[in-house]
Amino acid sequence: MGQITLQGVQKSFGPVHIIKGADLEIADGSFVVFVGPSGCGKTTLLRLIAGLEDVSGGKILIDGKNVVDTPPAKRGLSMVFQSYALYPHMSVRGNIGFGLKMAGLAKDEINRKVEAAAATLNLTPYLDRKPRELSGGQRQRVAIGRAIVREPKAFLFDEPLSNLDAALRVQMRIEVTRLQKQLGTTAIYVTHDQVEAMTMADKIVVLNRGNIEQVGSPLELYSRPRNLFVAGFIGSPKMNFIKGQNAAQLGAHTIGIRPEHVLLSMESGDWKGRVVVAEHLGSDTFLHIDAEGIGMVTARGSGDFAAKAGDTVYLTPDRSRIHKFNEGGLAI
Amino acid sequence: MARRATTQQVVVSTIGAWFFGFLIFFPILWMVLASFKTELEAFAIPPSFLFFHWTTENYATVQERSDYLHHAMNSIIIAGGSTLIALLIAVPAAWSMAFSPTKRTKDILLWMLSTKMMPPVGVLVPIYLIYKSFGLLDSRIGLVFILCLGNLPIVIWMLFTYFKEIPRDILEAARMDGATIGRELVYVLTPMAIPGLASTMLLNLILAWNEAFWTLNLSTSNAAPLTTFIASYSSPEGLFWAKLSAASTLAIAPILVLGWFSQKQLVRGLTFGAVK
Repeated sequence: MGQITLQGVQKSFGPVHIIKGADLEIADGSFVVFVGPSGCGKTTLLRLIAGLEDVSGGKILIDGKNVVDTPPAKRGLSMVFQSYALYPHMSVRGNIGFGLKMAGLAKDEINRKVEAAAATLNLTPYLDRKPRELSGGQRQRVAIGRAIVREPKAFLFDEPLSNLDAALRVQMRIEVTRLQKQLGTTAIYVTHDQVEAMTMADKIVVLNRGNIEQVGSPLELYSRPRNLFVAGFIGSPKMNFIKGQNAAQLGAHTIGIRPEHVLLSMESGDWKGRVVVAEHLGSDTFLHIDAEGIGMVTARGSGDFAAKAGDTVYLTPDRSRIHKFNEGGLAI
Repeated sequence: MARRATTQQVVVSTIGAWFFGFLIFFPILWMVLASFKTELEAFAIPPSFLFFHWTTENYATVQERSDYLHHAMNSIIIAGGSTLIALLIAVPAAWSMAFSPTKRTKDILLWMLSTKMMPPVGVLVPIYLIYKSFGLLDSRIGLVFILCLGNLPIVIWMLFTYFKEIPRDILEAARMDGATIGRELVYVLTPMAIPGLASTMLLNLILAWNEAFWTLNLSTSNAAPLTTFIASYSSPEGLFWAKLSAASTLAIAPILVLGWFSQKQLVRGLTFGAVK
């Protein structure tokens, strides 16, 4: 079991409020991603759940039991750190088995479990090496091995892939997701990378300045963002926001349209604009367009849309995909 | 940019290194050689380097005239005791400053170091009077205490820089792995800090062993360590170079041997953190 509930969790460092009252329900076995810009409090929230920081107020329930006064060692959670935090003086075997040793398991049982975990993570040939003799990806796997071998109630991941190169990151992303599904253990994963959030999560928690802005499945957040912040944060490239007359016509203070929901044409359309920058990715073309009476708009076209900087293009937003927001920034 | 040294550069720098190494080592070598000469040869001009009449009579005289073992034992107790006490105080102090620093931590460190900037002779009279009142003159406890105080700032500084290099994440990982503070100390912190603890201990031992100002001023016979033993062979009875050399060789031999075997550790400790 690994059901985690946050009730009005607060954290302040002196006069600075980092977490301003977080309420959250994390179901057993789900993969929850905390996402948000730097300094939004996502890592702090994870550390509060881990017990590495003390809460300033509120409750954290793990399987219904309030753990705010329980030390990290007794919460039954395991954590994968951004820096891997492997014990440099221990072999891979020692690193993975450390938690079991602390739990007082018999030596052969530790060995059996360590070897099983190592086999799952393709670490068997490296069991007797020291962390410094491993590559970044292998170290990352040792850190994950250390987390899974204890069969915790939940895994906590603190931006675990941010030190890996792009290709390895994609590969590890899939491995982590697969492993979590296979083990069925609750996971909380912190990242600032919204692609990681969208691809890995069952449920995404978007944080901003210490507040939970919205909680929902990736597609829910994508298609029904609750406010301007979530609308702007989820999706890449970012949603276009248009104010003024165009918005007022639709009865909104601000309207939002995603780059992929703008139809591009060289001949005709609702809005006219001049291409400022054209990014040809092969599969897609992203155009940054200075549209008349609107301002800068980003639009996605097909890979063979052959516009270049300086060209005049026409844009037609998909009316059914326009998001409307009121003056307070909330979705209408 | 990587640079490749030419053979010529390697030869020149090797010869240079040996030359300066020899230059630094020469006084010790000369002392050892002089200890095996007769008093006459020790004074001879031009001095003879290797071809003289080798004798061990100086060692015999020194052993006869003063109790080497008594002084050596005092040195061991004073250097060892002051090092042990300094470590007992410095380890928790450095831990707390490295792992839960406050706004004032930097100031405290600098303040501690500032005590080393004061010339010891400036406080000789008050310390002497205090020791006299407390009956600590010529006592081992008194010397242990003063040497411990003198070296404490350096010990704390060294350990602090060491501990600061240990990533906090690793300690937190141990905590997440279910280690209590005690087990975290035994299984994670101490093994990672052992090189630092060892080199700090060694440096402090050497400093305390060779400390001459306080030991000469605050002890006469009972608690007198090897520094006093050497000093007794200088001025008053005229200079007996050969005997003085024999005494000095005997005095530095134990610490020299210790330093020789631990030089790798010592160098690592002193340059720690400089190169990542």
